[in-house]
Amino acid sequence: MAQAQVIIIGSGPAGYTAGIYAARASLKPVLFAGEKPGGQLMNTTLVENWPGTEAGVMGPELMMEMRNQAVKFGTEIIDKKVTKVDFSGELKKVWVGDELHEAKTVIIATGAAGIMSGVPGEKKFFGRGVATCAVCDAPFYKDKVAMVIGGGDAAVEDTMALTKFASKVYLVHRRDKLRASKVMADRVMNAPKAEILWNTELKQVLGDKLVEKVELYNNKTKQTKEIETKGVFLAIGHKPVTEIFKDQLDLDKKGFIKTKLTYPGATTTSVEGVFAAGDVVDHRYKQAVTSAGMGCQAALDAEKYLENNERKE
Amino acid sequence: MSDDKKQTGAVHLTTDNFKDTLDNKEGLPVFVDFFAEWCGPCKMAAPVVDKLADEYQGKMIITKLDVDENNQTAAEHGVMSIPTVIIFKNGEEVDRAIGFPGEDAFRKMIDKNL
Repeated sequence: MAQAQVIIIGSGPAGYTAGIYAARASLKPVLFAGEKPGGQLMNTTLVENWPGTEAGVMGPELMMEMRNQAVKFGTEIIDKKVTKVDFSGELKKVWVGDELHEAKTVIIATGAAGIMSGVPGEKKFFGRGVATCAVCDAPFYKDKVAMVIGGGDAAVEDTMALTKFASKVYLVHRRDKLRASKVMADRVMNAPKAEILWNTELKQVLGDKLVEKVELYNNKTKQTKEIETKGVFLAIGHKPVTEIFKDQLDLDKKGFIKTKLTYPGATTTSVEGVFAAGDVVDHRYKQAVTSAGMGCQAALDAEKYLENNERKE
Repeated sequence: MSDDKKQTGAVHLTTDNFKDTLDNKEGLPVFVDFFAEWCGPCKMAAPVVDKLADEYQGKMIITKLDVDENNQTAAEHGVMSIPTVIIFKNGEEVDRAIGFPGEDAFRKMIDKNL
């Protein structure tokens, strides 16, 4: 049975940054990266708001760099998914299948996962026109009509990525105003190939082997209509990945982990010695840079906690 | 260069050798990883696919196909999302995974179709 000072769960900006800081504090962190390491940034292209990269940086490359940097200072990375935890004892228990790992502290940085719409046809056509990673799949829609569902920055980025290939891209949003940042919203409003369908909701995805059309409902006019499209990209939001923690930690109504948020020990959860950082906590900012910042805070909080406990011993 | 060394990594397929590989004489099932260079999740899947190719040598032919260079083949098989993995037996599709589901899931999928 392996015992560590710090176990980090998650491999987005928060997890890797926690790894970098904990490793540099000689805590020999063990980081469980999950089976799809790198988090949400693996599904992006150019990240233009990561400070210190004037020309921008490709999301997947940024994550590989962060990972290598964490390894360089001595973080042990295991590309497996944590399946169960028990935080009730002094030593925190973390399982990967049947394999038990123990640590004095745990940093949770499991992030958030994309929400599916749940409409009829979505499952049937997943990977056959219904998709979640526009930057991955945009070239398949060369000279075809595509559609993005959502209204945030991710939805706008997906729309812009598709306009490079598609003949036309509909952005379907259920409100009359985008949630996206001003710079992103302006970009999509001025994109010649993009058309925003306001107050509109996706009701059904239709086709034979591949997507052929969708049924849309306008919540203002109360009218339903069909539009032909080959692609339906879902960017309707994310939910925190906290399923395995719900009996262990205090979560808010939406499933985000509650942390103290005030100094000292701002990243402390409802259990002493367990800290949380990034999108698993944050339903407001959700940026790579804020996640990285919280990952750093969590590592420093864990370090302080270990120091204080040693002094007591 | 073709001494009897152990296979290293997945075989690259093209539209030209795609059908012949599916109809291989040994009757082995064929695993095809439809990928592109610019896709993040594909990059994470690549080393896993290479590792599995070595491990399952002689049991399943594990291959990858660049959809940029072979878009016709991808389109014929209804691949509209990458990475997509399809396992073929006797030239027929028997299993499909969309997105990178992780090493264990690939392993289960392969074992099921041996």
